[in-house]
Amino acid sequence: MARHSVLGAVLVGALALAGCGGAKVGDTSSGATGDCGTFNLAINPWVGYEANAAVLAHVAEKELGCKVTKKELKEEVAWQGFGTGEVDAVVENWGHDDLRKKYIDEQKTAVSAGSTGVKGQIGWYVPPWLAKEHPDILDWNNLNKYADRFKTSESGDKGQLLDGDPSFVTNDEALVKNLNLDYKVVYGGSETALIQAFRQAEKDKKWVIGYFYSPQWLLNEIKLEKVKLPEYKPGCDADAEKVACDYPDYDLDKIVSKKFADGGGPAFQLVKNFQWTNEDQNTVAKYIAEDKMKPEDAAGKWADANADKIKAWLPAKA
Amino acid sequence: MVAVAAPGQPPRLLQHKKALVLGGIVLAWVVLWVALRNVGTLPLGASELTPLHRWINDVNDAVGASRNSSPVFLYFFNEIRLVIDEFVTFVQALIAQPSFGRPVPVVGWLGVVAIAGFVSLAAAGWRIALLAVAGFVFLGLQGLWQESMDTLSLTLSAVVISLLFGIPLGIWAGLSDRAHRVTTPVLDFMQTMPTFVYLAPLTLFFLIGPASATIATLIYAAPPAIRLTAHAIRSVPRTTVEASESLGATRKQTLVKVLLPSARKTIVLGVNQTIMAALSMVTIAALIDAPGLGKTVVKALQTLDVGTAFNAGLAIVVLAIVLDRVTTAATERRGLPRWALFGGLGVTGVCVYLSHTYLWAAEFRTDVEIGSSITRGATAVTEWAQDSLPVLTYGFKDFVTFALINPLQALLAESPWFLVALVVVALSFLVGGLRPAIVSAVCLGLLVATGLWQDAMITLASTLVATIMVMVLGVVVGVWTGRSRRADRVVRPVLDAAQVMPAFVYLVPFLALFSASRFTAIIAAVVFAAPVAIKIIADGVRAVSPAAVEASTALGSSSWQTIAKVQLPMARGALTLAANQGLVYVLSMVVVGGLVGAGALGYDVVAGFSQGQLYGKGLAAGVAIVVLGVMLDRLTRAAARRWTN
Repeated sequence: MARHSVLGAVLVGALALAGCGGAKVGDTSSGATGDCGTFNLAINPWVGYEANAAVLAHVAEKELGCKVTKKELKEEVAWQGFGTGEVDAVVENWGHDDLRKKYIDEQKTAVSAGSTGVKGQIGWYVPPWLAKEHPDILDWNNLNKYADRFKTSESGDKGQLLDGDPSFVTNDEALVKNLNLDYKVVYGGSETALIQAFRQAEKDKKWVIGYFYSPQWLLNEIKLEKVKLPEYKPGCDADAEKVACDYPDYDLDKIVSKKFADGGGPAFQLVKNFQWTNEDQNTVAKYIAEDKMKPEDAAGKWADANADKIKAWLPAKA
Repeated sequence: MVAVAAPGQPPRLLQHKKALVLGGIVLAWVVLWVALRNVGTLPLGASELTPLHRWINDVNDAVGASRNSSPVFLYFFNEIRLVIDEFVTFVQALIAQPSFGRPVPVVGWLGVVAIAGFVSLAAAGWRIALLAVAGFVFLGLQGLWQESMDTLSLTLSAVVISLLFGIPLGIWAGLSDRAHRVTTPVLDFMQTMPTFVYLAPLTLFFLIGPASATIATLIYAAPPAIRLTAHAIRSVPRTTVEASESLGATRKQTLVKVLLPSARKTIVLGVNQTIMAALSMVTIAALIDAPGLGKTVVKALQTLDVGTAFNAGLAIVVLAIVLDRVTTAATERRGLPRWALFGGLGVTGVCVYLSHTYLWAAEFRTDVEIGSSITRGATAVTEWAQDSLPVLTYGFKDFVTFALINPLQALLAESPWFLVALVVVALSFLVGGLRPAIVSAVCLGLLVATGLWQDAMITLASTLVATIMVMVLGVVVGVWTGRSRRADRVVRPVLDAAQVMPAFVYLVPFLALFSASRFTAIIAAVVFAAPVAIKIIADGVRAVSPAAVEASTALGSSSWQTIAKVQLPMARGALTLAANQGLVYVLSMVVVGGLVGAGALGYDVVAGFSQGQLYGKGLAAGVAIVVLGVMLDRLTRAAARRWTN
């Protein structure tokens, strides 16, 4: 008995629900795609990169009708993807001479697609309050004077130089040794660790000196000051053991797969022509990091205000 | 050695003597440490490599270069990849991704909620079914429906494939001693080798996509299913099997009719552990483009957006709790009235149909949500903690660092390697006998061979400190929850959350509270490992016979005396198991520690994942972690065997 009544109730309920209806799946049609095809864009995990990629994806979708597939990957894995045909473009590359050698020179699966126009800087930074109260700290010659103040539980009887993200090459151990600095390199191990350290240092007036880089969204929030190291001259960093000079300025560039470049389609033209400035990138990065906008929306907002810049990137025919 | 000394000596005296020898060894170590400090410590700078590391780099490059021509790739790995890709994509098409030309998946949210409810009802009963329905609806309310379904698809696919291979392998290892001997070290390797080491090569073999993410997940997740299946089969009493054989059953009949049914409960526990392990891989797999909640977490953390990361982490926790409770309850067989089963089936069918056809049942409404409130709340709590607690926490960090971590690290990492090796082998002999001593000697030799001796010692020091903290927490909270059902109900969800919440969600505030330091890494390991120890000890305390406890109370013992004299000594099997598992879990957090200031092996692995020229060193560091794990595991087991017998 019970069984019948339950089944009956179910059936009645089903009919009632089906009857009251609502919009059906498939009622609305989705947008069409153009002749551009699929564009596989690697997304490396930092906000500046995301800004480049979001704007490129926005233009590729809206202006060229491409189907953009974003793939979130670490750099190593992204470059590996050039060979397997799964990644078309990496759109902000910080040097990476090892990867260049392996994939551009040896395996010949990747080629450079020129500068992004963004200049990258690596170096040692201190929080603004420290630079203001002790301006002479910005010269490496005076670092030993303050070594005591930078001591932490991790650095023993020396000052702590906080290194962070292992993604970038660091010469810091060699630098400390060769410049006879009374410091110990402590490996924070991630960008998160660095950002938290600097944030706290500025808020609580703590003594922190560490490896950092620009452009980086944190610099919009806290104007970290760069410490002057002995000037960089080409070749002064040739021997990793004997480095005693500052990091070079990086011309951040774009790398694409050989196949993608040879195809020469509209998406490749776009990547090749893409160029903007540190300020442009900082603007979009700020939308993403501080205003918490979605990358797509941030890119759209910037694109609406900079139609002329975008026009210059479009392929000649389009 | 015990056998030789034993005759004529009372056991108490023997223990006394052993403690004396132990003290003597440690004292000699300290004296020699003072004399030989910083001699022969085998250090290696952060960017220095050994010939072994360079050789691994070359092999890695050669494999990469041959990818497009080698038949192994073309006909072997490619085929595996295709099958797995198809499978995962199919599951995603069912519940997560727009598919078959439709803008939505085949089954929408209402259908998935109904299926989850019905399966839970059939397998685990009414209460769990309600929990499952509430949990899945909560995912939608968080604004994370699609992400959650992507994660669920990937997790279920990895679990299904794990079980497909894991259960037969486990049965084999359960039946054959030789298979058992072969699989054990392989499983140890799969569980302790840091994922970062094989993540990049995986994408070389199986390309970027669902296949690589699934395989990365199942390498870590399959071992519990294999181990527990083997364990279950081995634990079936000999007499039962003999009875079956004497009745003329064939091997196959014995397996199907006797062994598997009696092992069922433990096998389901293995399935449960496999699911939990798969869920704990969600964020790491996101680094190679695995879809789902992991991506949300990784992305939010780029801007240190703890609120958003917490919301996504909470969704993982909800999934974990639902799946855990369903599988755990499924170990008890229960009958459900027929009408309920058919009724449930009918309702589920209707819901699936509706969610396939109508938009309101296919896509979760975005205007009804609590995700943004959760995000705001988590952000507020984090900010409050970061602003007001560091005064206290910095002092605590410094105290533990100077009182415990630094002395231990100095002793291990600043002694000559041969001295440390000698001490460890001697201790192994004393604690476990000849076999553990040999195992330790081989492991120490391997550590020297990796070229990362000093880093390994630094990591070992932090690991030991973390394990001590895990055991302190384990005993305190474990006894508390073991003695009180109510405490257990409150604490258990917290423990589950600590086990599956992606570490970085809580590490961001921890970095503010303790700065980038070895201590922060230790705390991260404790958060992850303590729940296991607590659960095991609580079970142990609960298993102590009520009669013993009553007798003790009747004799006028206070609660403290009962705990110290009756419950803990009788639960010592659980205590040793907790120490062993605590250690293994702490070691699995070494790499996460490397991301928050631990340096040493953890950092080596992370750097190896990020920089091509350090790949070989990262792999060597991974091997060193495995070797440390095997050594400590065998040592604690041997000690436990002596102690509990």
